[in-house]
Amino acid sequence: MIAAPPAQLSPAALAATALTLRQRLVSTSAAAKIPHLGSCLSCVDLLVQLYWQELRLDPANPEDPDRDRFLLSKGHGAPILFQVLAERGFFPLERLEDFGKAGSVFHEHPPKPGYIPGIEAATGSLGHGLPMALGMALAARIQQRPTRCYALLSDGECNEGSIWEAALLAASQKVHTLTAIIDFNKWQATGRSQEVMALDPLAAKWEAFGWHAQEIDGHDFVAIGQALAAARKEGERPSVIVAHTVKGKGVSFMEDDNNWHYRTPNPQELAAALTELEPV
Amino acid sequence: MRDSFAREMTALAAQRLDVTLLSGDIGNRMFDRFKEVAPERFLNCGIAEANMMSLAAGMALSGLRPVIYTITPFTTTRCLEQIRVGVAYHQAPVVIVGTGSGLSYSELGPTHHSLEDMAILRTLPGLNVVAPADSAELVAQLREALDAPHPTYMRIGKKGEPALHGEGARLGIGKANLLRDGSDLLVVGVGPILGEALQAAEALAPTGIYVAVASLGGVKPLDGPFLAAMAERFPHWLSLEEHGITGGLGSALLEWLAERDGSPIRLKRLGVPDAFLHELGNQAYTRRQLGLDAGGLAQTMRLAIEERPQ
Repeated sequence: MIAAPPAQLSPAALAATALTLRQRLVSTSAAAKIPHLGSCLSCVDLLVQLYWQELRLDPANPEDPDRDRFLLSKGHGAPILFQVLAERGFFPLERLEDFGKAGSVFHEHPPKPGYIPGIEAATGSLGHGLPMALGMALAARIQQRPTRCYALLSDGECNEGSIWEAALLAASQKVHTLTAIIDFNKWQATGRSQEVMALDPLAAKWEAFGWHAQEIDGHDFVAIGQALAAARKEGERPSVIVAHTVKGKGVSFMEDDNNWHYRTPNPQELAAALTELEPV
Repeated sequence: MRDSFAREMTALAAQRLDVTLLSGDIGNRMFDRFKEVAPERFLNCGIAEANMMSLAAGMALSGLRPVIYTITPFTTTRCLEQIRVGVAYHQAPVVIVGTGSGLSYSELGPTHHSLEDMAILRTLPGLNVVAPADSAELVAQLREALDAPHPTYMRIGKKGEPALHGEGARLGIGKANLLRDGSDLLVVGVGPILGEALQAAEALAPTGIYVAVASLGGVKPLDGPFLAAMAERFPHWLSLEEHGITGGLGSALLEWLAERDGSPIRLKRLGVPDAFLHELGNQAYTRRQLGLDAGGLAQTMRLAIEERPQ
């Protein structure tokens, strides 16, 4: 039987972990010249709350069939997910020395399961992760397993029709063990997400699709924890947490600057970023 | 074939707790028995094939054996990326069944024709592409697909297709059978349209023309040893498929022949020309218009024999 979620950690302890992960992320992305830094920084706090307080996972037994499933539906956030999995003990941190190197499995998007412990699905093409997580949640219901399934989406990803197909079916099938978390950083690759596809009012859309919808500050560990707890208590509807985030969060000159969707830091920018990410 | 599929799925669901049936809002009443046997393992996924395909991949990665069932274009080209990424790349053991393949739904128009599915799907690594010729072959391939560690695409017909395989046939995936032996020409085909070829071959026999008809069962994998044996015996082949002539069985055979050592084989591809069809009739009408009915095929066979170099 899989372990219960880890012991309660203080918001300060979670913030310290998030800071460490942001430092490593910025350094490795600069070294490997792998983009999507802004998109990774916006979801660090969500991932820390999930992996350290919510998900029932055993890093020593990552394929336990009763485990919870986390799918990074916004697959371009892989660089931060790799850091999370290493820090959480799924594999040694040294493996990330290969990040971005020729022949490595650690690149811009997660590969299929079997290559990196803790990775549940190959994502990167948007709109696949949530439907796959829905399939896993339905499978767990058929197999009578305690598994809960989580998918982390980007706001741009909500352009994809398959997201809304999954939303409709999850509601009709009352898949309350499925939780979608939207990293709502208000940007997609080339513009404001609201201007490209009129997402607002995003939470109301999900509510109208039959989901239990919550809106929170996606950098507030207490709020994230409470929203996840409320999702767990929901006995009928699938849950969505629309997490308002800041793209590039944690590095002042990257915050809300969409150039950091594709740019990687030069040595001066890296030094400046790391200075900002020093523990207080 | 549809009814055999529903019957076999019901039997398999009774035997195995992992067999799950996903329908894209079709098959009204067809799966009533299945729903009685395994109500929790039948899911109408609505008219939303992209989600259905990814969802099936997720189920398969969690240990179930999902079988997807809807009309061929909607379970193939409609959701090709979900097949490519979710099913093929993950090697998620999903069985994708396309019903009413080829020209089965001829009069429903090009939206419902499937004349590209085998060509497109056989390019995906790790995905088998099968096209049973009759219900017995369908049942054998379905059982094998549900035991395989990798995904399978199966295109089937609709109702009332004749049984073509005899008692001793070796049925399965990548297993070919000689439906009728001959000496002058070999027809190598897939799917229920082989029934037309058998009728044509039978009609020609009294005129002293002996055409052999082989059923390949699918386009991926090909039965290499069988083809090699046929190449030893027959220098003239016709490939036959209810599918466009671009990229499907005929093309797969030409690729196989081109890379083979040995005496050259002449192969002519029979199928639907490179065009959308919109002057419509039922399947029999359209086959006749395209020369793919027994009469048209008999004429093509006779010509192929008359035109062959002596």
